[in-house]
Amino acid sequence: MCIVYSSNPHTHSASVSLQSPFVCLDGLSEEDVRWVMARSVCAKSAFELWGHGRTCAELQTSLSSYPSENMGPFMHKGSTYKINVYTFNKTLLFADRIKKIDALEFLPFEGSVSLKSPEHIFCLLEDYGTDPNNIPEHPDYMYFGRWIADGQRELIRSHSVKNRHFIGNTSMDAGLSFIMANHAKVHENHLVFDPFVGTGSLLVACSHFGAYVCGTDIDYNTIHGKGRSSRKNHMWRGPDENIRANLRQYGTERMYVDVMVSDASKSVWRKAALFDAIITDPPYGIRESTRRTGSHKDITKPLDSHVPVSQAYHLSDIFTDLLNFSAEHLVIGGRLVYWLPVYRPEYCDEVVPLHPCLRLISNCEQTLSSHTSRRLITMEKIKDPEELDSLAHLSDPRFSPYQGHNAFRQKYFSGLNKKSKRKGTEVTVRG
Amino acid sequence: MKLLTHNMLTSHVKGVTKGYPLLIKATEVKVNEVEFNPQFVCRMIPKLEWSALVKAADDLGHRQDLPAELEPDYEKNEDLLKKVHRALLEVEVVEGSLQCPESGREFPISKGIPNMLLNEDEV
Repeated sequence: MCIVYSSNPHTHSASVSLQSPFVCLDGLSEEDVRWVMARSVCAKSAFELWGHGRTCAELQTSLSSYPSENMGPFMHKGSTYKINVYTFNKTLLFADRIKKIDALEFLPFEGSVSLKSPEHIFCLLEDYGTDPNNIPEHPDYMYFGRWIADGQRELIRSHSVKNRHFIGNTSMDAGLSFIMANHAKVHENHLVFDPFVGTGSLLVACSHFGAYVCGTDIDYNTIHGKGRSSRKNHMWRGPDENIRANLRQYGTERMYVDVMVSDASKSVWRKAALFDAIITDPPYGIRESTRRTGSHKDITKPLDSHVPVSQAYHLSDIFTDLLNFSAEHLVIGGRLVYWLPVYRPEYCDEVVPLHPCLRLISNCEQTLSSHTSRRLITMEKIKDPEELDSLAHLSDPRFSPYQGHNAFRQKYFSGLNKKSKRKGTEVTVRG
Repeated sequence: MKLLTHNMLTSHVKGVTKGYPLLIKATEVKVNEVEFNPQFVCRMIPKLEWSALVKAADDLGHRQDLPAELEPDYEKNEDLLKKVHRALLEVEVVEGSLQCPESGREFPISKGIPNMLLNEDEV
């Protein structure tokens, strides 16, 4: 996505078309834009908009009406510059690029061109639509502006799970991890906690933004980096496969505080506002089981000395516990960011769990299949809990409509069972 | 396990009311160098139970003159902040256990990782 913005102080709006990769924003300062681009993994580049239009003529008219005193500082004699041409949904021949740059000769450039290290970079951006099978000869729309900054999309490649030392079946991909860290407003010197830490993907992203990180997980083997590898062609995990090693891989080992084997439903923390953010991807009960410690009547297997018996952790209880934990242990203004699995045919906004001490900030859906999706929920702590707040979900139906949704796993698998029955095969449900 | 974490942990054994702080019984302790960040140390100090930190560092033989009481102007005292930094982030318990002060129940620490899981009959 390319952001074009104007520093017009009179309006404060955004025009966004869902199809177009271009977004125009008004009423921002260059400093605001740089600050956003230093964190965003969604935005590709940002430009200060000088002119735009559907045709060269319109673009030229638009550019002529851009105040020359705003152009001056970047075009004066003695400065160096370069002009790039970006075409979305079309490849241009080199010669055509040059022609387009030459057509901008009318602009009052007084400085000299430097291709290697220009002080200022300008861009002509051409939008050729979104249909790769139907590329027009001329652009649908054109923008011209001064390049301000690029976003952090490179992090998606540099921190790709494909190259990470230690991964699991449900490791969060790099892009989403950084988005979650942004939703949680993670900053330098924060202390961040993940109660379902798994292989630490979310902690890796948070450490990149300068936060100190800790996490817990009920699975002893994952925390210790033992057991079967999730990589194709690898049988068992090696000695350098654990969360600490992941941070070391990206140069953020100094942000590692601790990880522990612990049951998220049984808090081990003293009652105090300890964490600046809680970021997590709780188990949905599909690819990993949901568990907690507790008595289970049908024990058939002998117990591992360090793995207590676990019982099914009902999906709705996970979220009640998570919200209560966050209300207790977040600082005021601190954020909880987590994924909520939903069964789409029955979803309504009221299904999202609420808590008297947490304000709902956002709810973003990611479709997983025709009948399932997960929602990225962001909440912010607004007050400390009082005596009865943790029981709010029992008295007020608003606070626990996720109960019915508890059958998420049943519904997910019943969909699969119906399909497989038609094919005449069996599906076993792992609990 | 670092002492920053230890300072925030409490015993959750059923029925225990005085489960903090956990007693550290260490058989292997390591000291790593971690980049000193005074801003982080200053942000953490108000969240700490100071006497629990001093006692824990002392029990491990790494107290290094941490004062029994925290002075009010600690933010300006770089020497003190460096000592707090060392205690919170550089001293690590690699092997040992954490013991509930009331019930005596021990939580093992192995390869620096505490195992806080309770058995089904303790829950």
